[in-house]
Amino acid sequence: MQEIVDQLAATIRAAAASNAPLCIRSGGTKDFYGQQDKGRDGGSGSILDPTAYAGIVDYEPTELVVTARAGTPLMQLETELNSRGQMLAFEPPHFGTGATLGGCIAAGLSGPRRASAGAVRDFVLGVRMLDGRGDDLSFGGQVMKNVAGYDIPRLMAGSLGTLGLLLEVSLKVLPLPAEERTLRLSMNEAEAIETMNRWAGKPLPVSATCFCDGELTVRLSGATSAVRAARAVLGGEEIAENSSFWKSIREQANPFFQSGKQLWRLSIKSTTVPLSLPGKQLIEWSGAVRWLSVDAEMDNEAVQALVRKAARDAGGHASVFRSQTPAPAVFHPLPRAMMNIHRRLKEKFDPMRIFNPGRLYSEL
Amino acid sequence: MNRMNDALELVKKLRTFLPAESVLHETEDVRPYECDGLSAYRQTPMIVVLPRTEDEVAGILKVCHALKIPVVARGAGTGLSGGALPHPQGVLLSLAKLKNILGIDPAGRTARVQPGVRNLAISEAAAPYGLYYAPDPSSQIACSIGGNVAENSGGVHCLKYGLTVHNILKLRVLTIEGEILEIGGNGLDAPGYDLLALMTGSEGMLGIVTEVTVKLTPRPEKAQVVLAAFDDIRDAGNAVANVIGAGIIPAGMEMMDKITTGAVEEYVHAGYNIEAAAILLCESDGAEEEVAEEIERINEIMRQSGATEVRTSRDEAERVRFWAGRKAAFPAAGRVSPDYYCMDGTIPRKNLASVLAGIEALSAEYGLRCMNVFHAGDGNLHPLILYDANHPGELELTEEFGAKILGMCIEAGGTITGEHGVGIEKINQMCSQFKTGELEMFHAVKAAFDPESLLNPGKAIPTLRRCAEQGAMHVHRGKEKFPELPRF
Ligand SMILES: Cc1cc2nc3c(=O)[nH]c(=O)nc-3n(C[C@H](O)[C@H](O)[C@H](O)COP(=O)(O)OP(=O)(O)OC[C@H]3O[C@@H](n4cnc5c(N)ncnc54)[C@H](O)[C@@H]3O)c2cc1C
Ligand SMILES: Cc1cc2nc3c(=O)[nH]c(=O)nc-3n(C[C@H](O)[C@H](O)[C@H](O)COP(=O)(O)OP(=O)(O)OC[C@H]3O[C@@H](n4cnc5c(N)ncnc54)[C@H](O)[C@@H]3O)c2cc1C
Repeated sequence: MQEIVDQLAATIRAAAASNAPLCIRSGGTKDFYGQQDKGRDGGSGSILDPTAYAGIVDYEPTELVVTARAGTPLMQLETELNSRGQMLAFEPPHFGTGATLGGCIAAGLSGPRRASAGAVRDFVLGVRMLDGRGDDLSFGGQVMKNVAGYDIPRLMAGSLGTLGLLLEVSLKVLPLPAEERTLRLSMNEAEAIETMNRWAGKPLPVSATCFCDGELTVRLSGATSAVRAARAVLGGEEIAENSSFWKSIREQANPFFQSGKQLWRLSIKSTTVPLSLPGKQLIEWSGAVRWLSVDAEMDNEAVQALVRKAARDAGGHASVFRSQTPAPAVFHPLPRAMMNIHRRLKEKFDPMRIFNPGRLYSEL
Repeated sequence: MNRMNDALELVKKLRTFLPAESVLHETEDVRPYECDGLSAYRQTPMIVVLPRTEDEVAGILKVCHALKIPVVARGAGTGLSGGALPHPQGVLLSLAKLKNILGIDPAGRTARVQPGVRNLAISEAAAPYGLYYAPDPSSQIACSIGGNVAENSGGVHCLKYGLTVHNILKLRVLTIEGEILEIGGNGLDAPGYDLLALMTGSEGMLGIVTEVTVKLTPRPEKAQVVLAAFDDIRDAGNAVANVIGAGIIPAGMEMMDKITTGAVEEYVHAGYNIEAAAILLCESDGAEEEVAEEIERINEIMRQSGATEVRTSRDEAERVRFWAGRKAAFPAAGRVSPDYYCMDGTIPRKNLASVLAGIEALSAEYGLRCMNVFHAGDGNLHPLILYDANHPGELELTEEFGAKILGMCIEAGGTITGEHGVGIEKINQMCSQFKTGELEMFHAVKAAFDPESLLNPGKAIPTLRRCAEQGAMHVHRGKEKFPELPRF
């Protein structure tokens, strides 16, 4: 396995020496996500594929920690955890059968359980990585509590491969809930937002929420007794397709996500009242995420201005999640002082700017 | 340059926008700030400033930045690693006067507070809404939320409810240039890099936190605790693994060894079995039915794991009494010994027995007693070494003993600090835990925020020179030798 690391490091060093960009791609299930990686001169960088560096390094269920190589297929990792009664609690989307652990951490995307259990970054405990000089560095560790040194492991989550190549990741894992049930209630959008937030303020085992088309769907997870008690309090009808429904939301297979020409994600304060924006919306995370599907007639520029303002006014940000036509700026623009810090961090991790230039922001 | 003249010059500049009582420089006025909770290290600062607003903080930083004067932030000064130890030529920036709760949003389950607000004050203000701020360090009646962010503090409930980093949404941070950064947001994530994580636990070295938006958690309906006694500490360790292996995440899981229970029992009469080699406290919280079910399972697991005695709190008063002993562990140490030194390593739990055996051997070798309290759920050890600073040489022996414990934690696959921070105290051990390239990256991260290294200089990250001089960079994670030092 070390030969693979040596080879990857040599590739990075050569790229840095010749100032040639690299596109980190574990196979590309999330190619659609982020800015079109154009390289710095408009030309595509050569592909750096770490998928050969795969496999679980260490997993002891009673420690609640798993360490795996970045190329490990997400499916394999989750199957192994499930077989020992545990899970990745952030319920990551795969967006395809070949998703890897590295891609999952670098993309930083969490699924329906996020509002109750936490995000990818909340579970990252340690990383081993190659920086832009090809140096092999380890930060954090395999223990739950660790404040030695800055929290670089969590910084890597969601950095879209722009700071370094992940080699190994240690994650906190949690037990699978003993029981899960899904309920459905009919109501309008304003009522749904109010209801989801009210539930979140009570000690209820709500593990996921989704509102679309006048229907609020809610998942309960936990001890059998807790789920049973909560089911009586919440009301509504139980639906049979418990796991397939949430999978269709997580993987965006649900028809809503395929309906428009552009899919926006607004991450905002959960109590924000219904947003009046052109297109259709689907709400998740107790109101903290509003998906907006925009149809073909709308003008990109006009939508962008409207959506970004709405997100900002609601204390959050908006990104273009999928688009049939290239979107000019995918991620929410950063204030100047914040961009300065981002640029300086990028410079420290990747001085020659070879990793995924422009995928997150054109300046990085 | 002359420290006296520097000080007077700076005082004059600061008093152009701060009232006289906000700028202290007389020795007797600055003396109370000479140390934090780690009193073995003391240093009087050149000046102490006590701003009342974010604008005043910005003004102070701009002046210090222009004059290249080091700035050390201080919250409540309860830190245990010397993080708030003043700089002799620097300004000690106390955030104690920024202590307003700016707003509580019960529907959105958040609170917006200034950095000097006490941890417990947030939970008290949220209580009428059935909400609380989950991280609960034992120092919560005194420590500030700004200090909690800077240390990424935990508490006895963090296995289930997370550390500070999991319970904050947004920060307002001033850079050394006096420029404001809004980090995080009112949603559950923010665009760009996760600077919220980077700021958390950064020990006042990247920026000054001037406002924190925290998440509030609904109060569980019910909580109950199981108290189990073991006559072999290994059985207690296995019991912890067995509870977690059974798919239970307890709300709290704490272990104490015999010398600890003896000391606390005498002090608070919690009802512990003082003959036992170790006791475990294991709490369950949630809905009424859920707690009943879980408590029954925990009882059974404790028995199967070899507990000699298992008791369940019958009511709230008894639950509080069971916990009182654990919470009194530090003061109890203070009663049985003139001084004590608290360590903070974390290890993978499976290595508990061997690390405790190692500590016992060291205790005999150094002739110093050591109490062990342990956040057992997440592997965070707090050995308390008992010593007497009035005996010449005993503090030095204690520090050496402590350093060896940290060395064992690293070798066991753990870390030198779980929640108290590196500060000045563990700076040498950083050389053993990290390689040169990693330390260089930490310095680079600091430089991205604070290129001239004016914020809390000399803390948390050792210089490579320091590491080379103490020659401590021997073993890294049990295998690699310290590579060649490129610089000298
Ligand atoms: C013939 C063939 C057929 C395939 N068919 C499919 C298919 O049907 N469906 C499918 O989903 N996939 C398919 N794949 C792709 C491949 O098998 C996996 O999808 C891929 O490993 C998963 O990538 P990902 O989704 O984890 O991340 P990616 O989409 O590769 O990456 C997401 C983000 O993370 C970054 N990143 C990825 N890894 C790292 C890392 N280690 N360190 C730092 N940053 C990183 C990337 O730069 C990017 O910014 C196919 C591949 C081949 C060769
Ligand atoms: C009896 C006792 C029990 C304790 N129990 C626990 C425990 O259970 N869990 C735990 O985690 N810790 C515990 N601690 C340690 C300590 O209480 C925590 O580290 C706490 O977070 C420190 O907060 P403070 O306000 O006292 O910070 P200080 O000690 O004043 O400062 C700590 C660090 O934070 C920096 N800082 C402070 N405010 C700011 C700001 N606004 N912006 C930027 N940097 C800032 C300082 O420069 C310093 O580096 C305990 C301490 C004592 C004395």
